[in-house]
Amino acid sequence: MRPMAQVAMVMNLDKCIGCHTCSVTCKQAWTNRSGMEYVWFNNVETRPGQGYPRRYEDQEKWRGGWELNKRGALKLKNGGRIKSLLTIFSNPKLPEIKDYYEPWTYDYKNLTDAPLGDDYPVAEPRSLIDGKPMKVEWSSNWDDNLGGATEYGDLDPMVEKVRRQAQQAAEKVKFAFEQTFMFYLPRICEHCLNPSCVSSCPSGAMYKRAEDGIVLVDQDGCRGWRKCVTGCPYKKVYFNHATGKAEKCTFCYPRVEVGLPTVCSETCVGRLRYLGVILYDADKVTRAASTKDEQALYEAQLGVFLDPEDPEVRRAAERAGIPYDWVEAARRSPVHALVSKYKVALPLHPEYRTMPMIWYIPPLSPVVDALTETGHNGEDADNLFGAIDTLRIPLEYLAEIFTAGDVAPVRSSLTKLAAMRAHMRAINLGERPDPSVAESVGMDGPQIEEMYRLLAIAKYEDRYVIPTAAVGDARRLEESAVPDTCSLDHVDGTGPTGDGPFGQDSGQKRLPLVTIENFHAARRRQTSDEEPDDVREQQ
Amino acid sequence: MKTLLWGALPYIAVVLLVAGTVWRFRYDKFGWTTRSSQVYESKLLNVASPMFHYGILFVLVGHLMGLFVPESWTDGIGLDEHTYHLLSLYGGTAAGALAVLGILMLLVRRRTNAPVFRATTANDKVMYVFLLAAIVLGMWAKLANSTVSAGYDYRQTIAPWVRSLFTLQPDIDRMAGVPVLYQIHALVGLALIALVPFTRLIHMFSAPVQYLFRPYVVYRSRAEGQLGPRPDRRGWEESKL
Repeated sequence: MRPMAQVAMVMNLDKCIGCHTCSVTCKQAWTNRSGMEYVWFNNVETRPGQGYPRRYEDQEKWRGGWELNKRGALKLKNGGRIKSLLTIFSNPKLPEIKDYYEPWTYDYKNLTDAPLGDDYPVAEPRSLIDGKPMKVEWSSNWDDNLGGATEYGDLDPMVEKVRRQAQQAAEKVKFAFEQTFMFYLPRICEHCLNPSCVSSCPSGAMYKRAEDGIVLVDQDGCRGWRKCVTGCPYKKVYFNHATGKAEKCTFCYPRVEVGLPTVCSETCVGRLRYLGVILYDADKVTRAASTKDEQALYEAQLGVFLDPEDPEVRRAAERAGIPYDWVEAARRSPVHALVSKYKVALPLHPEYRTMPMIWYIPPLSPVVDALTETGHNGEDADNLFGAIDTLRIPLEYLAEIFTAGDVAPVRSSLTKLAAMRAHMRAINLGERPDPSVAESVGMDGPQIEEMYRLLAIAKYEDRYVIPTAAVGDARRLEESAVPDTCSLDHVDGTGPTGDGPFGQDSGQKRLPLVTIENFHAARRRQTSDEEPDDVREQQ
Repeated sequence: MKTLLWGALPYIAVVLLVAGTVWRFRYDKFGWTTRSSQVYESKLLNVASPMFHYGILFVLVGHLMGLFVPESWTDGIGLDEHTYHLLSLYGGTAAGALAVLGILMLLVRRRTNAPVFRATTANDKVMYVFLLAAIVLGMWAKLANSTVSAGYDYRQTIAPWVRSLFTLQPDIDRMAGVPVLYQIHALVGLALIALVPFTRLIHMFSAPVQYLFRPYVVYRSRAEGQLGPRPDRRGWEESKL
């Protein structure tokens, strides 16, 4: 066993209202630069839909991720090392900017500078790629809210797959407006355990950080071979066409290192993102990713994760150098709870064999909505359980996205959510919750209430359990103003008198010694209505 | 003049190449990239770029063979001058034609495709002039001085001169009777060598051969000192007294 720690995310799709706040704040924080205009480290797709870049899930075309070779060993879908080097002079499978969308701005100057005329001046769209006037025809969320789905919806690669397998053309997923279900899928880099982008990088400039599993690009090491863009099946590595280097979601590592949630999580209006540590066994990753049956990959990945409650695991983690409070954080991790304990979260496209680490709770809302519209009680357990099965379309479609087509885990997750609704509905109405509802999904009342607290109440401190990066360094970080010497000493060393060579305020003074903890304690003391306990005790 | 051209210039070019590369490595790792324009246009590039690169690699191999394998060695293995000439004429012309065709397509693409042209810097344009001139002049010199039966034997003149450069005793006189096209080609080539570290050509030194030998997934730990306060600037360290 070789335990490693990974900061991971779970998104509760039931709560996503598709407001794109995560995308916008991420863009403002990371990609509002030239060369990155077309890049969204975080984007929100409406599904069914083509996604961004268009049809990125069609791996027969884009060749992302891994596949098994004849001997059953993992191999990059785009070809091995030698093929990769032989095709280094151009990358035949690289998406062009137009596969994402051509970024544009508006010629605002024309509004003020246009010569006097009969017509009002307009701000024409201009391409940010060639500077010429352009017709805006596509963008990162052009098919938002199923816009154009009647025409383009068939182009969704997952819709194609569902139809192919069901062999009932056009019957299964309909895009008639009143029959279509939809949900939003926010996507960031998956920070995979078996990243194919890192494996495709000829320069070795991409790496997975040993401490927290965040996948990053070394900007000084990247030589712009563009193999990572092809290697990533989620198309979440982007080519900055101004600098000629690859860039990707950083999991906001400067924030996570100091215990703050990522920008997308922090600003999420629906509060649907959960951040936490997951411990996993690095020795098992390759074997799990080589699982023959695609539909077994979800279970295989669950098998890679370690239970932080297990004393054996905790000892091994300590030996592996994982700090104590990371292990503690793993025990309290909401991600671990949703993924391994309640098993309601599912990975995105496990069939790419990259072992993704951003997991999703499938949306129950389309099912509830469909029920309510037909006049049934959308929160009644029996109705819901039945509906989940009869509304085959969402279930099979969701399965294509989250479990390589295996309906059982999606169904199990949705029934747990349904049971939770029924159980909590009874409690809210002052009725006794029917224990058989909880039992039917393999849980009990208190467990369901615990899950409800995590999913529905979703307090800030429950959603984000992030240990800071430098626990061992913590004291030094807090008191960084004065690393080694006495706080009263001046630089010129006149000692603890406090005065510089020419009296008070002379000499170079250091910042006062304030630890973060003291700062917060002081603020609490000064702003609270009651006297804190420790002060009262002293009196 | 002869001393300057054939005794000093080669050394200046090599010094610029080495010093420039070291400088670039130390101060401009971030700018060290292929600066690919493939995201703008892919179809033509997918044909032209491999053509040019494979062509120029064969041309490089040909130059190394011609300049650094002495005639006596090839004679020793029974390869007479005529056979060698035919090899270099056909092989070299094929490789050269591939490279010329490739770079012409790339240049057309660069000029006619608006986004690609917009991403072209002045530096790129200067580089293209020298690169194209070196390739075209080389082809021209070879073809103008060759027939199928016989050709100019540069292995008696240019090659020994190049080798003499490495012993730091440049044999300048060897270059006296060389056809002028060959001379210009050599000079443009030297300029191109000097230009390499200061243009995008630098990417030739990052051919990622190590990819063949490393494990797929790369793990790295956070760099020492990446967390916490920055270390004091040099010369501003706090006194330990």
